[in-house]
Amino acid sequence: MSANGSGIGASVKRKEDNRFLTGRGRYTDDINLPGQLYGHILRSPVAHANIGGIDTSAAEAAPGVHAVFTGKDMEGVGGIPTGWLIHSKDGSPMVEPAHPALALGKVRYVGDCVAIVVAESREQAKEAANLVEVDYQELPAVASIEAAEAEGAAAVFDEASNNVCYDWEVGDRAATDAAFDEATHVVSIDVVNNRLIPNAIEPRAAIANYDPATGDYTLYTTSQNPHLVRLLLGAFVLGLPEHKLRIVAPDVGGGFGSKIPHYAEEAILTWTAGQLGRPVKWTCERIDAFKSDTHGRDHISTARLALDADGTFLGLHVSTKANLGAYLSTFATCVPTYLYGILFAGPYTTPAVYCEVKSFFTNTVPVDALRGAGRPEATYLLERLVEKAAVELGMDRVEIRRKNFIREFPYQTPVALQYDLGDYDATLDLALEASDWAGFEARRAESAARGKCRGIGISTFIEACGIAPSAVVGSLGARAGLYESGSVRVHPTGSVSVFTGTHSHGQGHETTFAQIVSDMLGVDFDAVDVVHGDSAKIPFGMGTYGSRSLAVGGTAIYLAVEKVIEKGKKIAAHLLEAAVEDIEFENGSFTVAGTDRSKSIGEVALTAYVPHNYPEGLEPGLEETAFYDPLNFTFPAGTHIAEVEVDPETGEVDVVAVTGADDVGRVINPMIVAGQLHGGLAHGIGQALLEECLYQEDGQLQTGSYLDYTMPRAADLPSFSINHNTTLCTHNPLGVKGVGEVGSIGVPPAVINAVIDALRPLGVNDMAMPATSQRVWQAIQQAQG
Amino acid sequence: MNDFTYHAPTSLDDALAALRGGDGAKLIAGGHSLLPVMKLNLAAPTDLVSLAGVPGLGDITDGGDSVTVGAMCTHADVAGSDVVRARIPALAAMADGIGDAQVRNAGTIGGSVAHNDPAADYPAACVALGATVVTDRREIHADDFFQGMFATALADDEVITAVRFPVAARAAYAKFANPASKYAVAGVMVADGAAGVRVAVTGASGDGVFRVAEMEAALGASFSGEAVAGIAVSSDGMLSDTAAGADYRAHLVTVMAKRAVEACG
Repeated sequence: MSANGSGIGASVKRKEDNRFLTGRGRYTDDINLPGQLYGHILRSPVAHANIGGIDTSAAEAAPGVHAVFTGKDMEGVGGIPTGWLIHSKDGSPMVEPAHPALALGKVRYVGDCVAIVVAESREQAKEAANLVEVDYQELPAVASIEAAEAEGAAAVFDEASNNVCYDWEVGDRAATDAAFDEATHVVSIDVVNNRLIPNAIEPRAAIANYDPATGDYTLYTTSQNPHLVRLLLGAFVLGLPEHKLRIVAPDVGGGFGSKIPHYAEEAILTWTAGQLGRPVKWTCERIDAFKSDTHGRDHISTARLALDADGTFLGLHVSTKANLGAYLSTFATCVPTYLYGILFAGPYTTPAVYCEVKSFFTNTVPVDALRGAGRPEATYLLERLVEKAAVELGMDRVEIRRKNFIREFPYQTPVALQYDLGDYDATLDLALEASDWAGFEARRAESAARGKCRGIGISTFIEACGIAPSAVVGSLGARAGLYESGSVRVHPTGSVSVFTGTHSHGQGHETTFAQIVSDMLGVDFDAVDVVHGDSAKIPFGMGTYGSRSLAVGGTAIYLAVEKVIEKGKKIAAHLLEAAVEDIEFENGSFTVAGTDRSKSIGEVALTAYVPHNYPEGLEPGLEETAFYDPLNFTFPAGTHIAEVEVDPETGEVDVVAVTGADDVGRVINPMIVAGQLHGGLAHGIGQALLEECLYQEDGQLQTGSYLDYTMPRAADLPSFSINHNTTLCTHNPLGVKGVGEVGSIGVPPAVINAVIDALRPLGVNDMAMPATSQRVWQAIQQAQG
Repeated sequence: MNDFTYHAPTSLDDALAALRGGDGAKLIAGGHSLLPVMKLNLAAPTDLVSLAGVPGLGDITDGGDSVTVGAMCTHADVAGSDVVRARIPALAAMADGIGDAQVRNAGTIGGSVAHNDPAADYPAACVALGATVVTDRREIHADDFFQGMFATALADDEVITAVRFPVAARAAYAKFANPASKYAVAGVMVADGAAGVRVAVTGASGDGVFRVAEMEAALGASFSGEAVAGIAVSSDGMLSDTAAGADYRAHLVTVMAKRAVEACG
């Protein structure tokens, strides 16, 4: 591969920005179909109630209303399925209650779908929804893990005893117990991983159509994985075969995990369109997004680290309780298990690790993946604990990490994963240097002179991206494969269309993937377009999440290009009257080795489509598809350092510097990678300092709008220092790992460690996320007694 | 949002007539307080009477010992006014710190004062500076105008035309903002003017803007941050929400008062 002006390694400006920055994107809400009606979803205003009855007559008689459907109308339609079966310690399968698309008999959270009102206009549908009379017979609600596990707690589902979905474990408990028996030091920590609301800039939306003439259904929806929606909606909910159900996820304005799940609204809209024979459109209002988009995180954990006399880690024991919300969203069950427990080796050689996770149903919005999905929770706990160990043992917090780093690869962890390669010392050294760690005390003194408390915090971490291979995840309970498809169509005159099963909703795939193909085929960057998001155009796809798109989807494209080149060589050999083995391909030219005789990729493509002079037995055309199922996860790693200044009078925390030293594998487009890192860091700083979803005890959402839920703003963030040390992934040909979640995984513990470092002189030794000004002020007050 | 009739009068008399014409008629200026509650169906006026076309409500005039700001002046108008910046820089700075740029470009002083949101900034400025609210029929001193959360001395059919601010010898505003909404959690305007030293607090109390007599007395004796740093205000009656409980708010009032005094120079 050779880097050219727009090839691999170049900061090419994004192809997609032309339409986004000029307001010409085509989002779901921009799509209008002839004869469309508007659906309004009536949502439960209470967290837990039996539905005594629903009277829709007034709504049905309201102006413009075509239909009102409730759970009873959809009875018999399949429920919303879950994508991952978890088994408990005792081998029993998780409790998997039915999830009717429209509530049937009972509502289980504020925001639960109760009815759809379909009318000529959006306003008419919304107005008429006010006329639907629902007899809510309220029940006590359980709005938190503590409430769910309390004795005598109300049952979210009758079949889930004590509201437990599963009680899972990973690692060798006996070996871990033995490690603690031998330990000189044991350090313990209790942490809460705060519940977050994802807040993609584009609210969810859908428009469904049914064509009675053909029996075809089409659903345009804000999804990160249209084929997954087709599979779940078609096979499990509506019973439609794939060839009669087309799912299109056009431009999508951010997902962060909240647009992975197959949502009830998608099923309701599609079913309703079938009932009415007209297109039905729905766009979620922001106020409803807060209470219906899946939430993220929400863990309570306690953990212990066993160390020997010199600070070597001997064992780690983690007990976590996770909140799954009111129903099992698509990947809800694997996030706190297989995306969490298996991360606890981190970058360290801890020989014995054990993690147990008990997950609970509550009367809250379903919880699912959110940027990092399990890995931020694990990293936060581990890096808080390691930091605390350094303090309690009186060790340098950099050296305790360095002392325990993994340095021999491949490395088999005690919790299932096998790391292929990394260089944790290199990213640590780079971050220390770039952050001027050594010069911190002078900066602390300078802040103190201004009445401010300065602190510095560090986090060294690994992540596991591009979850795979399919056979392994299948054995662990995944109900889908985790491969990816890529197709490369070289057109007769040499331009190229690339079809990927991943989905771009901010990641810049249209640019990054075009760079790879342009580089490999030696064609102009502008001659390559990337197509995604339409099940009618793409062979198949598993979508975009878990930082998988480049490592899995990019590799599928790479393999398809290789197939194109192989076929091209046969055509070129024929044209050049040479043996196939003698044809070399470089910079867009097929050349007979050792000669100047060559044919361009354009000439070969034209020959493939106008095969007048063509190899006998070879199929015309130049289009290849590859499906790629990786051998392993990829393992990005890095060190994040945060420096904060706390105003002790108000408790305000100012993040004054953030340094990232990351190993994300080969970088295709440094500008896009920097953007991904910046976004992840903003997300992580948001979790650490600002964002917190709060419910009242009765299950009412307290932080239900931007008046109360704090998103990070530009003014809350410093200018980031981004640094790279690259080791190449050993098991994919591009050597790529993943970058989309790095910041949200790595930086929260660095920020909180920095806040505690700043406040330790005042007697503060613990701090919960988010470290809001009020929480910091209260901690100072308590410490000062 | 319910349907309503929109009126665009071009004179104050027409505006008053429209306001009196419907039972549920409401004035609309910048709309930054009214429209959000209408979207949530918390307010459903039958008629909206816009003041945008009424002449003479957008002027800022220098009266020598006072500055008069027209009711339809946006926060950005006040923040950017040469007159305000020269004569009462604390008022310009306060206006420049309201919400965000979009809010400042649409929200108006008249709308803010008439709404009397307990977390709005203007009430503190009006009370501390001893402003007078001018309406279509009378003048009301700020001390009499603000009457608790969302309550004012205005009659239902009364229209604010301007707010007149006496020029103070020195004044400053310090605000601790809610991290999510950016409304004041504790906003303190300190002014040293013809009526003596005044300390007015917004954002903190459930009763809206209030003065802190003990701080005013202390500053009258010694105008320094130290003079107020040790004066605690009671948390009784303070607002409490997820971002700031009553104790924290009460504490912030003292800190912001100290910082406002120090900012007076």
